[in-house]
Amino acid sequence: MAAPGVKPVPVPTKETQPYWDGCKQHELRVQKCAACGHHQFYPRLYCTTCMSDRVEWVKTSGRATVLSYTIIYRPVTQAFAGNVPYVVALVTLAEGPQMMTNIVGCEPEKVYIGMPVQVTFDDWTEDISVPKFKPV
Amino acid sequence: MDSLRGKVAIVGAADTEVGVVPQLSATQLYVKGAKLALEDAGITKDDVDGLITCTSFVEPYMYHAEMIAEYMQIFPRYCLNVATGGGTTLAIMHHAASAIATGVCNTVLITMADNMLSGLSRDKAIEAMSTAGHAQFERPYGPPIPGFYAMLAQAHMHAYGTTSAQLAAVAVACRKHASMNPAAQMRQPISIDDVLNSRMIAHPLHLLDCSLVSDGGAAIVMTSAERAKSFKKKPVYMLGVGEGHSHEHLSQARSLTTSAAKEAGERAYAMAGLGPKDIDVAELYDCFTPVVIIELEDLGFCPKGEGGRFVEGGRIELGGDLPINTHGGLMSHCHPGHPGSLFSITEAVRQLRGECGPRQVKDAEVAFVHAQGGIMSTHCSMILGKENN
Ligand SMILES: [Zn+2]
Repeated sequence: MAAPGVKPVPVPTKETQPYWDGCKQHELRVQKCAACGHHQFYPRLYCTTCMSDRVEWVKTSGRATVLSYTIIYRPVTQAFAGNVPYVVALVTLAEGPQMMTNIVGCEPEKVYIGMPVQVTFDDWTEDISVPKFKPV
Repeated sequence: MDSLRGKVAIVGAADTEVGVVPQLSATQLYVKGAKLALEDAGITKDDVDGLITCTSFVEPYMYHAEMIAEYMQIFPRYCLNVATGGGTTLAIMHHAASAIATGVCNTVLITMADNMLSGLSRDKAIEAMSTAGHAQFERPYGPPIPGFYAMLAQAHMHAYGTTSAQLAAVAVACRKHASMNPAAQMRQPISIDDVLNSRMIAHPLHLLDCSLVSDGGAAIVMTSAERAKSFKKKPVYMLGVGEGHSHEHLSQARSLTTSAAKEAGERAYAMAGLGPKDIDVAELYDCFTPVVIIELEDLGFCPKGEGGRFVEGGRIELGGDLPINTHGGLMSHCHPGHPGSLFSITEAVRQLRGECGPRQVKDAEVAFVHAQGGIMSTHCSMILGKENN
């Protein structure tokens, strides 16, 4: 658990390092199965559709659609107190996988389900850039 | 294997004091609940040969059930600690029923407790709960627990036109029932406007759309239907049980508007040979108001998308078609964490025994209990009856 006031900076693992390497270059990557073409996120050893181990990293279009969202008024920890109100959302990438994110770059009240959004990166540390989404 | 239908019964059920209980530690709450349930069953700790607990958040032990056995000096032949969040209770009972039916043990004591209110400060408890999300792919976005459920609510409202006032009707019903339960933590009746005017926590969820943070414990004793006849009180039989499991992290959910409660419910109904029309009282997991609406649909009490309209007009209140959460539920009775749904079981037992006084559902013969854990991740449904035929 992060101490109050400290944002939970992701710690990459062997499995997720290529994802965070991509983010550092402001490139959103997911895995694509070379056997069946399925895209998946988060990264895994095998394809969740066909169990093939031929899962390869690909660059996404960075385009997504808002699946659902909420506007947070009571922050999860003091680290997020300065961000209130902020939008936590689930988005569906154009390639198929869904992910959690923040919608930034617009008034929280302007966010809606079905809204087209585009990835943008928030540089937290030298190595970690967190992918967020903004209106197209 | 033959079905578990009617093979196992609850023969003891009790709650400790709940709400604000600073005088008892988490471990003491487990043990007090256990003692009260054994007394309710009319047996001693030496009659127990199976012990199951849930993990305590406040006083964790590496092997929690072993700790409670050691503390009480019980020496079981079956000893298990389970943690599947709010679904813990019913999943545990599924294990216990299987163990009893297959002769692994005869008399299982299940005790669950925690003191999330007095053991941890409220802010600390909420912060601790923030570890629910995926460390790399969810927590960096700052989702508090209500935020996860707010996204479920938003999706349901978008898909089916469910309104904030309909969500509020769930909180109002639970509070009305708690007002008739002297044991409940929050007993002052509330209106739909009270819910809508309470502070916004995570849009569209207001403070009163959220469950409580509490101290408290509950325990039950289970045994075979055959042995159950010789206990002090009339047994309550397990007629059906079923589970459904769909994800760990909300961002991996198959659907935001249909949950694995659907599979859990279908499996429980199939075992019991009963359907939604046969249910007299339902104790549904109510950590947040939208959860109840999704459960009512997924458990077949109304068609998908109709949950919002179903809860209007007092239908889920005492005197309505389907009274739910007659003790007040997690929203108004108490919510100490993992143990949450065991209070639904002890309440269902009291309803089927006819012990509920002013909040008694008249002629209650079949009760439905549903629990979910994680963020709509693990689901378990149970159908309990006064008779096992
Ligand atoms: Zn594949």
